[in-house]
Amino acid sequence: MFLAHVNPLQASIFSSLAIVSLLLAFVMLGSHWLRNYVYAFAAQSWLIAALSAAVGYFGGYPELYVIAVLTALFRGLVLPYLLMRIIARLNVKRELHAVLQPSSSLVLGAFLVMFAFVIANHMNFQSLLSTHVVVLALTIMLSMKFLGFLMLAVRDEAVSQILGLLVLENGIFLGSQILVPGMPLLIEIVILFDLLIVVACFGMLVRFLVVHAGTTSSRELNRLVG
Amino acid sequence: MTESLLAILFAAPLVAVVVSFGMRSARLAEYVTVVAAMVDLLVSVPLLVRVLNGPVTLAHSYLRLDLLGAWVILCISIVYTLSSIYAVGYMRLLDEEKRLPLFYGLFSGFAFTMLAACVTNNVGVFWIAIELTTLISTFLVGFEREAESTEAAWKYIVVVSGGISLALLGTVLFYWAGSFVLGPTYAMTWAALHTSAPAVYPPLLLVSFLLVLVGYGTKAGLAPMHTWLPDAHSEAPAPVSAMLSGALLNASMLGIARFLAVVSGTSVSRFAHSAVVGFGIFSFVIAALFIVRQTGIKRLMAYSSVEHIGVQALGLGFGGVFGVAGALYHMLNHSLNKSLMFFGAGNAMRAYGTKEISGIRHVLRAFPVSGTLWLLGAVGIAGAPPFALFLSEFTVLRAGIGGRYRWAAIVFVVFLIVVFIGFLAHFRAMYFDDAPQQQVRPLSGLVWRTLPMWLAFVPLLVLGLWWPRGLWEVFTKISFQLMGGSQ
Repeated sequence: MFLAHVNPLQASIFSSLAIVSLLLAFVMLGSHWLRNYVYAFAAQSWLIAALSAAVGYFGGYPELYVIAVLTALFRGLVLPYLLMRIIARLNVKRELHAVLQPSSSLVLGAFLVMFAFVIANHMNFQSLLSTHVVVLALTIMLSMKFLGFLMLAVRDEAVSQILGLLVLENGIFLGSQILVPGMPLLIEIVILFDLLIVVACFGMLVRFLVVHAGTTSSRELNRLVG
Repeated sequence: MTESLLAILFAAPLVAVVVSFGMRSARLAEYVTVVAAMVDLLVSVPLLVRVLNGPVTLAHSYLRLDLLGAWVILCISIVYTLSSIYAVGYMRLLDEEKRLPLFYGLFSGFAFTMLAACVTNNVGVFWIAIELTTLISTFLVGFEREAESTEAAWKYIVVVSGGISLALLGTVLFYWAGSFVLGPTYAMTWAALHTSAPAVYPPLLLVSFLLVLVGYGTKAGLAPMHTWLPDAHSEAPAPVSAMLSGALLNASMLGIARFLAVVSGTSVSRFAHSAVVGFGIFSFVIAALFIVRQTGIKRLMAYSSVEHIGVQALGLGFGGVFGVAGALYHMLNHSLNKSLMFFGAGNAMRAYGTKEISGIRHVLRAFPVSGTLWLLGAVGIAGAPPFALFLSEFTVLRAGIGGRYRWAAIVFVVFLIVVFIGFLAHFRAMYFDDAPQQQVRPLSGLVWRTLPMWLAFVPLLVLGLWWPRGLWEVFTKISFQLMGGSQ
């Protein structure tokens, strides 16, 4: 387990990359503008790519460089491009009916991060040696999960929901780079490709929504109940 | 030999996909799909027999077929066969001749991904297979391209993708937990999880298991994560509803069963079983309440699926030979019975031109034969003897009464009665209530639409009267593998 002997410098590099990614999730949470979400998501993906490369370099996992390049390429360039295309086609620039104002969702998000920290602290026992980085990684993994679900819950626009799902995935990806850098390469690559297909499917569905349901706001998707 | 059987199992739907997309001929696509499905059904039986004496590992241990996997493959192939036959008759009613090849291509692709989930030895690949089933079936759900079906497809993909991402998190945590035991890099196989689980710090193991349970539970339609299910099942074309309900839910239950087996040798086993029982009984109760006051015919069937997936979860959670045998027998019986029910519902919907129960009256006048089968199927799915679901539900109940979860068994019985009354009340209204004379559209493709109903009904009756000894042997072996760890 390479986390057992990271030196302080490495630990602080990993931590700062992870924390800035978490902050970017808050940027998404605190904004109304769809474009900002996409920029924040792209920046987050680049940070995760940097994290992969850093873990690969310090931990001696050369295959992580491949992951880093693919992450930057897919998550950092292709996905944001696809999302921008969807937004351009939709003619929707911002969230209109927020269930929660950005400020209150930020506060709620902060509480969720604390909750994530409590859980992470409970789960971590075996790796006492490197408590800080491990707990941090677990916390950020879980809190990005929570923030993603929060975004899914309080946002109506189809694009915001796609981004919420992508934040969920980013959280897992970020955590897994630190916790299990030795995870088989094949799996990670397939999951990356999988994400691409997911977004392509979402793009097609959004088009169907516009044509057949006449709306892309989940607020108005209320035909099926009970 | 097993290799070639497996190769045929996967080649058949793949050929169907290629031919459907490649040739662009609706008729050809229909027949190829039916043939592929039948081939799969024929192959799945010898596959089950071949793994009776122990699991088979293939392709550098990327594939591993055990008895449980082979059993789920059998259930999936049955539903694939029945619904592809029914689809020939039903899909021609939709007036979508040009898009039929697309439909059949996706249909076989959907079957392929579900079958793949059953044989993969890699926990990560299992997750990917389940994720792919969502992506493909979304377009099947939205196939009719109306406002409702598009809405259903959207809700389906958002809810299920969110849920399944929890399963991925759980899987990553399982892998991380294992890395304390097996070293930083190891193959992510089921066997590795079995080896490492007992040595993992219990709270970590528990959180990982709960995440996986909620994740695959979303896909399996366990309440309260079932919200996508009534929408998707009711808005998809009837053969797809049958596939979603009869096959997809089984594939997701397979994941829950496997992970439950991983943790069952450890100190969190008791809590894990309780969690599965809790989700099971909650699904059952929620579904029972929604069944009683349901107004849509296919939503009624969808909630019945939530109910029956709850029964399977109960069986797995109760554990023991009876619990596991009951759950697996229920899986097969539910696949057969629910296909029958969705086929009947599809017929009625097309003929009466409505999705509302209140618009469907005097079914026997419109459908003398298939209407009778549908009514008998309804009696069966409500849990009455002599149909097979009675036997399997009784076995699950038997497992619950004897064990630690007697309270759950009692709630189960009470709500079984609620379901029985609620479900059959709707059918009484549809068959025997007086109503003004209705416009009933005559439907084409009588043989295609009725044959699969017979094919589902006859085994349902036979299995209800006679529990084959061979099946009992299969279930005993699976339950020992699940309890003792299959390695």
